[in-house]
Amino acid sequence: MGRTLAEKVWDDHVVRRAEGEPDLLFIDLHLLHEVTSPQAFDGLRQNGRQVRRLDLTLATEDHNTPTLDIDKPIADPVSRAQLETLRKNCAEFGVRLHPLGDVEQGVVHVVGPQLGLTQPGMTVVCGDSHTSTHGAFGGLAFGIGTSQVEHVLATQTLPMARPKTMAITVDGELPADVTAKDLILAIIARIGTGGGQGYVLEYRGSAIEKLSMEARMTICNMSIEAGARAGMIAPDQTTFDYLEGRPHAPVGEDWDAAVAYWKTLRSDEDAVFDAEVVIDAAALAPFVTWGTNPGQGAPLSANVPDPASYEDPSERLAAEKALEYMGLTAGQPLRDIKVDTVFVGSCTNGRIEDLRNAASLLEGRKVADGVRMLVVPGSVRVALQAVEEGLDKVFKAAGAEWRHAGCSMCLGMNPDQLAPGERSASTSNRNFEGRQGKGGRTHLVSPQVAAATAVLGHLASPADLSDAVTTAGV
Amino acid sequence: MEAFTTHTGRAVPLRRSNVDTDQIIPAHWLKKVTRDGFEDGLFEAWRKDAEFVLNRPERQGATVLVAGPDFGTGSSREHAVWALQNYGFKTVISARFADIFRGNSLKNGLLTVVLPQETVDALWELTEADPTVEITVDLEARKVLAPGIDADFELDENARWRLLNGLDDISLTLQNEGDIAAYEAERPSFKPRTITA
Repeated sequence: MGRTLAEKVWDDHVVRRAEGEPDLLFIDLHLLHEVTSPQAFDGLRQNGRQVRRLDLTLATEDHNTPTLDIDKPIADPVSRAQLETLRKNCAEFGVRLHPLGDVEQGVVHVVGPQLGLTQPGMTVVCGDSHTSTHGAFGGLAFGIGTSQVEHVLATQTLPMARPKTMAITVDGELPADVTAKDLILAIIARIGTGGGQGYVLEYRGSAIEKLSMEARMTICNMSIEAGARAGMIAPDQTTFDYLEGRPHAPVGEDWDAAVAYWKTLRSDEDAVFDAEVVIDAAALAPFVTWGTNPGQGAPLSANVPDPASYEDPSERLAAEKALEYMGLTAGQPLRDIKVDTVFVGSCTNGRIEDLRNAASLLEGRKVADGVRMLVVPGSVRVALQAVEEGLDKVFKAAGAEWRHAGCSMCLGMNPDQLAPGERSASTSNRNFEGRQGKGGRTHLVSPQVAAATAVLGHLASPADLSDAVTTAGV
Repeated sequence: MEAFTTHTGRAVPLRRSNVDTDQIIPAHWLKKVTRDGFEDGLFEAWRKDAEFVLNRPERQGATVLVAGPDFGTGSSREHAVWALQNYGFKTVISARFADIFRGNSLKNGLLTVVLPQETVDALWELTEADPTVEITVDLEARKVLAPGIDADFELDENARWRLLNGLDDISLTLQNEGDIAAYEAERPSFKPRTITA
């Protein structure tokens, strides 16, 4: 019987397999950041252990880093202490670190791919659930906890139970203004926040094959929001073209050998998935969330759902609590929801294409009165590229704030937070209660919907923007 | 890791589904660089409400959390497990746990028990009717016991053995040093390196 892509990559990394034990997997790349690593380094110290493979380990600062005044000392002493702890640990153990101010600094899941360190067929781990992003290159990429971070630092391996596999096939053509973000939000709404539990998701089909690498990263990034262990997409020419020439991409004979191997990384025709979901791309529309988990979403043209319409009592209760927290009423059109803040950034949508998409809609337009718009590039390299293309000027001319790179308002560990009761349209990945600041209310959206929303002041799609212009002209 | 064999204690019924790790421990608590001192951050936003179940006098000292389905979704923060343990919970019962949270909990000796929602419902009703009722989670017998409830639960044998003995994963893995070295020797040269030795 044939094997799935996930099974192939898994099998290629088994260090040890024994009856009744989880497989021991070798880890090709271990990414670190300041939040989930300090206790792991402490564990190494307490046990007199070293980092086994410094050459497969990379650290960056992202969660706590401010996006303003980065040349000044960090104001929050606790954030500062955490970053200093990472610097001290990396210096003591010899780990390569890209700190605040470094040209390679940025959100860990943006940095790995742009350096060419994330490649097909690799196992990638990081103490961050959005590590699933790296699966866009056709590798297995898992978010792990701090105990596992310590385990990988010490052994470069992880004992793991073999996951099940789920095929998510998306065929057809995505309509205009429907992005990878809309697609993944629709998938999560369909299978639920627990729908992927225990599975590695493989996104496939003609609509997926047409996506750019950055769009594929957006999709794989949010696999965790469906509860999945990982998400992945088979590598193809788009993947190889993205990688060629990047700082850590193989060269010469190594490149040829790598590509030959990468081309074998596809699910076999006769491979059997444990579950399959089929999505019709043509039926999709811009999608937004109305609730407090990423599965509580709907097409922008829909209304806020009525909790009474849920048959499952636990879902009904969850919807009731969500509406209460979000300050929404059943039946209210989603388009009528006014926002205070628009956030463009994060490991989900903080790459150059995302900024281009948002900027293209803001060009010649203004952010609505009373709306604050933050644009936070995913990395310093993304910021530099945006400046080279003049995107920063477009954002500033529209009245948006152009900030420095980091995780920023995705989770509000730095000063970029929502005030209690404030409402955002956010290109990030989680609309949990208080995620973007205590009492803050989050609607997850694509960069295009974010830009249109910023201009109109209420949840809106790019199509609404042209309608508004037409109306104004009449 | 602390070993887990059997535990008996009073319960807290948490009638919510999709309790994400941002609720269990909000992000601003994640700036700490220790594994302890997270107890005051546990369910911080909800605890501002005096009526929240954890705040009720009859729930003080309870050690068994009985939660709705999809407990621990979202972020990989192990701080969520530490917060539950720092507060005093020894075990969490739910119909479904998020994968990373479950992995983290078992590595720290916080036993996560999966039971059918009907049994969770029965436990909720039991402890709500009488908060003094005690629930026993017996890992050796793989059973949850309470008045009128005798429920078997699954846990793979390897995870159970590690928990029962409080074994450290890293020491176990390092016993296979030869296998790791052999694998490393065979890795293709085109695989990337972050630093050149």
